[in-house]
Amino acid sequence: MLHNLFIGELADLLARRQVSSVELTRHFLERIVRLNPGLNALVTLTGDSALAAAAAADARIGAGESAPLLGIPLIHKDIFCTDGVRTSCGSRMLDNFVAPYDATVVERLRSAGGVMLGKANMDEFAMGSSNETSYYGPVRNPWDTTRVPGGSSGGSAAATAARLAPFATGTDTGGSIRQPAALTGVTGFKPTYGRVSRYGMIAFASSLDQAGVFARSAADVALVLQAMAGFDPKDSTSVNQPVPDYHAALQHPLAGLRIGLLKEFFEGLEPRAAALIEDALKVYRSAGAVTVDVSLPSLPLSVPTYYVVAPAECSSNLSRFDGVRFGYRCEAPKDLLDLYKRSRGEGFGAEVKRRIMTGTYVLSAGYFDAYYLKAQKARQRIADDFRTAFDSVDLVIGPTTPTPAFPIGAKVDDPITMYLNDIYTIGANLAGLPAMSLPCGYVDGLPMGLQLIGPHFAESALLNAAHRYQLETDWHRHVPRGYES
Amino acid sequence: MSLTRQEVEKIAHLARLSITEQEMPVYVSSLSAIVAFVDELSRADVGDVAPMAHPLVGQTQRLRPDVVTDSDCHEKYQANAPQVQAGLYVVPRVIE
Repeated sequence: MLHNLFIGELADLLARRQVSSVELTRHFLERIVRLNPGLNALVTLTGDSALAAAAAADARIGAGESAPLLGIPLIHKDIFCTDGVRTSCGSRMLDNFVAPYDATVVERLRSAGGVMLGKANMDEFAMGSSNETSYYGPVRNPWDTTRVPGGSSGGSAAATAARLAPFATGTDTGGSIRQPAALTGVTGFKPTYGRVSRYGMIAFASSLDQAGVFARSAADVALVLQAMAGFDPKDSTSVNQPVPDYHAALQHPLAGLRIGLLKEFFEGLEPRAAALIEDALKVYRSAGAVTVDVSLPSLPLSVPTYYVVAPAECSSNLSRFDGVRFGYRCEAPKDLLDLYKRSRGEGFGAEVKRRIMTGTYVLSAGYFDAYYLKAQKARQRIADDFRTAFDSVDLVIGPTTPTPAFPIGAKVDDPITMYLNDIYTIGANLAGLPAMSLPCGYVDGLPMGLQLIGPHFAESALLNAAHRYQLETDWHRHVPRGYES
Repeated sequence: MSLTRQEVEKIAHLARLSITEQEMPVYVSSLSAIVAFVDELSRADVGDVAPMAHPLVGQTQRLRPDVVTDSDCHEKYQANAPQVQAGLYVVPRVIE
């Protein structure tokens, strides 16, 4: 079954001409047409341009070219601008928006030979942890279609888990790659802040947003990240540093690796979730890694800090949607103020408006010092705590989420409970650290994720540790029932 | 810590968001809950630390020379505009 193969295996078949990119692309398009109606993971299908891109990839392969992603199908989260293709960001505001240029991530994966099949559903403007805030309706979790896939990159996660593509892109502002990866049993990677260009990636909270990957193994993530990462003059926070060979680093032995166990991640953790982490630690210890207890005293402040910083940046970023230059405009505005207010009031959904208003409040006169300035201080403390921890450990391991996927509708009316889903993932965003989630077992028959967090630019070390774990375990090979064939 | 309806109306105005009568009570209660939740910060002792300016140590925003790097794409960009006339964006009359 082609859809159960890993990217490396598919690339090998393509290179040996045992399958063509057009055949591969047709195979995945057929799966999308058959399986997506039950998942709502994709909001736009680009079959014709996919087949054209696949034919072009076949021509390059025929001319003797070889590259890891040449001819490999993929899905982009609908937050990445795609030239000539609707880019909705899961919002009514951008329901009619056809991007006039490509995001750097899109452009890089295209020139690497990747074949875009379509665009993935997501929480509106990436604000959500369940994919229920999308204008296009919730995405369903392939492991149990009455449950959420997580969010905000829920469509990318569900599509990867259901084998609708070998990999998908995502973005992670507070856990939006790692949390859905955990809840759908796939491998999700959020790089260091600045490692991957944010150009053409619709902004939510610019100091936290980072593009990343959903795939089915750490080895596959390494191949995709290799193509995505690197300096981009079009993004003023892009870091000008050489990109190491991620795939070459996968095989390092783990003997002597120092793994930090964060006290704050295990306090109050449900015993069945804690047992899965303990099982994973046994794998690492038998590979020669040592575990060290560490503490981040300021980490309990991370969720309130995030829910000041992220809404503040969101309120500023989303001021560009004014009903004038692009996006939704209300009917018959009576004056300019009415045009602004009704275009935004009608074009944005409930959660986006809630976050814009939260951000407007914390930035308003009289509250700035108490909330925003205090949050940026707390953020610095959290980053300092991580830096101290990384003096004595190479990486930190813990759960990705407190619980597995919850039922659709269970938390929509309670924003605080929804926000607490991100309790273990937000710290890495506040500190700009690379982090990933990989499947490590089940609670109530639903996948759970193991989270690895490393120091800045430790992508290779994280992928290495994840790959060695996946050589010893087979959680990442499990297919949700109904999606095997 | 709770917000009044008047405060929420003021915030909505500052954010240029129309909020319907049905939505208003939901925002008053949920924004009150969020403000109470993040208010933990105002009580926290974060010590004498400089507020974060960039997630990476020693990094600052890069500047570039102020030169034109793009070609004229206004027609392509304005294809997404709700209303355009003679290459200009059309809005309701601003000056009486």
